[in-house]
Amino acid sequence: MTIDELTRNRSAWLRADMPMADIVISSRIRLARNVAGFPFLARADHVQRREIYRLLRDSIDRAHVADDLTFIDLEGIDEMDRQVLVERHLISKQHAEAEGSRAVAFSKEETVSLMINEEDHLRMQVLRSGLQMDECWGVISRIDNAIEQFIDFAYHTRFGYLTACPTNVGTGIRVSAMLHLPALKLTGEMERAFRAAKDMHLAIRGLHGEGTEATGDLFQISNQTTLGKSEEEIISEFKHLIIPKLVEYERRARQALMRERITALDDKIWRAYGLLMHARTISTEEALFLLSHVRMGVSLGRVDKMKLETLNDLFLMIQPAHLQKLASKRLNGEERSIARADLIRKRLSGVNPN
Amino acid sequence: MVCHRCKKREATVHLTEIIHGEKCEKHLCEQCAAEDGIALKQPQLNELLANFVKSQTSAAEIANITCQACGMTFAEFRSGGLLGCPYDYDAFDKALTPLIKRAHENGAQHVGKVPQRAGIAQERQHELMRARRELAAAVEREDYELAAKLRDQIKNLEKA
Repeated sequence: MTIDELTRNRSAWLRADMPMADIVISSRIRLARNVAGFPFLARADHVQRREIYRLLRDSIDRAHVADDLTFIDLEGIDEMDRQVLVERHLISKQHAEAEGSRAVAFSKEETVSLMINEEDHLRMQVLRSGLQMDECWGVISRIDNAIEQFIDFAYHTRFGYLTACPTNVGTGIRVSAMLHLPALKLTGEMERAFRAAKDMHLAIRGLHGEGTEATGDLFQISNQTTLGKSEEEIISEFKHLIIPKLVEYERRARQALMRERITALDDKIWRAYGLLMHARTISTEEALFLLSHVRMGVSLGRVDKMKLETLNDLFLMIQPAHLQKLASKRLNGEERSIARADLIRKRLSGVNPN
Repeated sequence: MVCHRCKKREATVHLTEIIHGEKCEKHLCEQCAAEDGIALKQPQLNELLANFVKSQTSAAEIANITCQACGMTFAEFRSGGLLGCPYDYDAFDKALTPLIKRAHENGAQHVGKVPQRAGIAQERQHELMRARRELAAAVEREDYELAAKLRDQIKNLEKA
């Protein structure tokens, strides 16, 4: 699959047919691994870097991770194409911006992505829509086992899987969920929810992970402890304790809004809808902000005849690289704002994508 | 300012208390403050200095710990945040373990997944890394005889 085909694809993890999909947009699990007998990337020269790349690519091929794996050498594509991969969560921002040989392999449905030479030699991730932690773990653990048949990962009896950053050592697991929390934001209860999350040793980040702003009321919650607990323990805590708790906070805030401030709530939702339906130029920030309110309106049944999926998809499509891919040409900031407003109007009035 | 209590000595202790919501300022000399039960911490200067020097030397020693496999020092790790190679976990063990515990809710022992295939021994991983590093250097120097030897060594280590 080429990058251009990719932009016309609908990521399977943006479907909204899963449990708690009104609040939990997606689940993600990633594992960090390093090839034994090599330095970590900070100390690897370009020859070693290439060798790690070759060994991993070879092992991934032999492991038959998926029938429909697309392999992309990140040095062989331009910045815009790398940006498309970032916007689709197939690679990280750091991976896009790094230098030296590095690559990504991903499945057709975009639920599996294997990053070679990111911060660690190999970072594998599985993404699913809604709350599907066990499914993510099942897939990623199988992939890990399959690749491990052909290559040795750096492992220590006391410290577990060894990673470039000691904050990932042990299981090398990062479990995260992308949550849509507009009501907590509106009722000013975000701080309290955040404090609770911090007490549970969680990290909270924006849409694109580390170092990004939480725009459109989208938050990424992830575990920080990777050593001293098993993968199953970490996942189970996430699935049974952490996410349900945050979801409950958000639901309660939504119900309170419905009960006590229904007119103000409807006003917010329909104003957002009105702006999105009629704006001729719009920035990413404003669009995300307004889409978030409409999405809440759909979840609460205040806006009908619109699917959550359409909105999930727009969160992705209005980003700069995607807009330019859709237009098949480079657009400056002003042109992007116009293209963004056009796309939103079309999609919200039910014009089919593609 | 004269001490509020004895009204003789110079006041050097200045306190602000809130009593029943009223702000109340107190200015006392050291003696009256002590009699008032206000403890003044007066650490001995030489004791402070000794501790300072001690912590500095041990910090310097820790900073200089160097990994034999990749050449990274602990100071370099502290400034960059990323380790140089898997062997650093042993080389920096003493300095790193407290950091690891702090980052992982006191966890210091892996209890999760174990590689299915009994991975090659840590010792051999270390040796492999050394051989690969020497190979890169040999190629750089265009010492192809040594490079060929090292390649064989690496192959054997990988097979073992």
